[in-house]
Amino acid sequence: MKLVIAYIQPHKLQDIKKALYKAEIHKMSVTNALGCGAQKGYHESYRGIDFEVNLLKKVRLEIAVNEDFLDKTIEAIIEGARTGQIGDGKIFVLDLPKCIRIRTGEEGKKAIG
Amino acid sequence: MVKERNSKLSIWKMCTVGALLIVGINSNVLAGVESVNLDQVKQGLDTVWVLLGAFLVFFMQAGFGMVEAGFIRAKNTCNILTKNFLDFCMASLGFFLIGYGLMFGDGNSFMGLKGWCLFGIEEVVNGLPLYAFWLFQAAFCGAAATIVAGGMAERMKFHAYLIYSFIISAFIYPIVGHWIWGGGWLSNMGFADFAGSTVVHTVGGFAALAGTSILKPREGKYGIDGKPKVLAGHNIPLASLGVFILWFGWFGFNAGSTLGVTDGSIIARVAINTNLAAAMGGIAAMATVWKRFGKPDLSMAMNGALAGLVAITAPCAFVDPWAAMVIGIVAGYVVVRGVELLDKLHIDDPVGAVPVHGMCGVLGTLCLGIFGKQSLGLANEGFVYSGNPMQLGIQMVGSVSTIVFVVITMGVVFKLIDVTIGLRVSREEELRGLDIGEHGMEAYAGFQIFTSV
Repeated sequence: MKLVIAYIQPHKLQDIKKALYKAEIHKMSVTNALGCGAQKGYHESYRGIDFEVNLLKKVRLEIAVNEDFLDKTIEAIIEGARTGQIGDGKIFVLDLPKCIRIRTGEEGKKAIG
Repeated sequence: MVKERNSKLSIWKMCTVGALLIVGINSNVLAGVESVNLDQVKQGLDTVWVLLGAFLVFFMQAGFGMVEAGFIRAKNTCNILTKNFLDFCMASLGFFLIGYGLMFGDGNSFMGLKGWCLFGIEEVVNGLPLYAFWLFQAAFCGAAATIVAGGMAERMKFHAYLIYSFIISAFIYPIVGHWIWGGGWLSNMGFADFAGSTVVHTVGGFAALAGTSILKPREGKYGIDGKPKVLAGHNIPLASLGVFILWFGWFGFNAGSTLGVTDGSIIARVAINTNLAAAMGGIAAMATVWKRFGKPDLSMAMNGALAGLVAITAPCAFVDPWAAMVIGIVAGYVVVRGVELLDKLHIDDPVGAVPVHGMCGVLGTLCLGIFGKQSLGLANEGFVYSGNPMQLGIQMVGSVSTIVFVVITMGVVFKLIDVTIGLRVSREEELRGLDIGEHGMEAYAGFQIFTSV
């Protein structure tokens, strides 16, 4: 079992969801995040003064998958998120030792579904 | 003896003092203290009244702004508020330079031909100083212009909007206004529109319809199966504040249109009709939504109150309170069904500008022909009293001609803007949010936004 964590551009979330649904991955959790990478940031201005924004708004996607779904998930995320510009984001894959479904108490691969 | 002499003296004293006083007062009068004449007082009172109305209608801009901001998503809020703010500025400019002349200047029955920049117009119009009358009318012009911002929200380019708002304030609105209030062909027919269901709301609503159809729906509004999806408004408290501000301002919008106080009876009638229609509109819309969708939706109830207000705007001085209530109820029902109809036709109107202003503007205009009373100033007796559909027919002619004119001219304007500088923002900008894309700033800097659309 693996946990896929992806940091993406907030405005790409819709495209990524569509790509995941096409690959039959429906379960995910989404949180807001601030992040920075190699981007220099876009310019914002407030009352005429420019300021550099170092931590930009990102969205963190977390999906727990069984091994056989791992590659499909990663491909779907990349397909939805890639624009070719700096700031597309990163995907991390972690090992997931345990997974429990709260409602029924199922454990392991069955809990991921 | 002494007493008698004293009392005689005091009588003389009083008489002397009295005589001096009388002479003194008279000499004050003779010295040129302005003798106030009643005409001046009347004009002054009327001016105060109309200016009060103008200020209230101006305040409706805040109401529109809050309603629109509340019903759209947070990432586009700065943009809609800037549009709302700027279009009153553009309306003030356009209506001063060209609009007033087109609307009220002497000309033919289609449009006015004099009065650019207010040159060449008499100082007193309708018993009011020209400038007071201008301000009142300019506030109405601003109201019409800002209706379209809501219908085209969340995907329209800002500079396209600036151009549009100048054109509607300087040309389209004044021409329709000339037909109805400036001595044009509709008013000569006996068409009546007391405070602007046609001039302001039908014009604004159908301009919004033209624009929003050309603009096409927002990304994600209609699914592949064609069913509408919820793109939820982000701030219902702001929207409800906006509705109350609009209701408050509408008392100026309708009652101020009397352009004078006289003995107060007409403004009182207008005020009570305005209130009753709004209240019944809210109740009717809430009941309709409750019945059809299972829950009393606040946003639709509020739209219902606005619909009632729009619908009573034409008939407010010509109907009895019971009729105002009926008009409000019908408007509340129409607005809910109107929203459903637009969704069926895949016309995306984020704030309901077309059902509230367009459809209920027409409804109000027609109801004037049904419930209006000749004794209150109408050319022909309303249908419900006389069985004679004459006034109703005249109202229909007015509504239809306005709709056709506005849809065609604004359709052409929007299409021209679309092919020259572009009407709609890019897909990426729409997803990212117009605040960042168009203005480089966020309405809610530092806040997390918890939506996925």
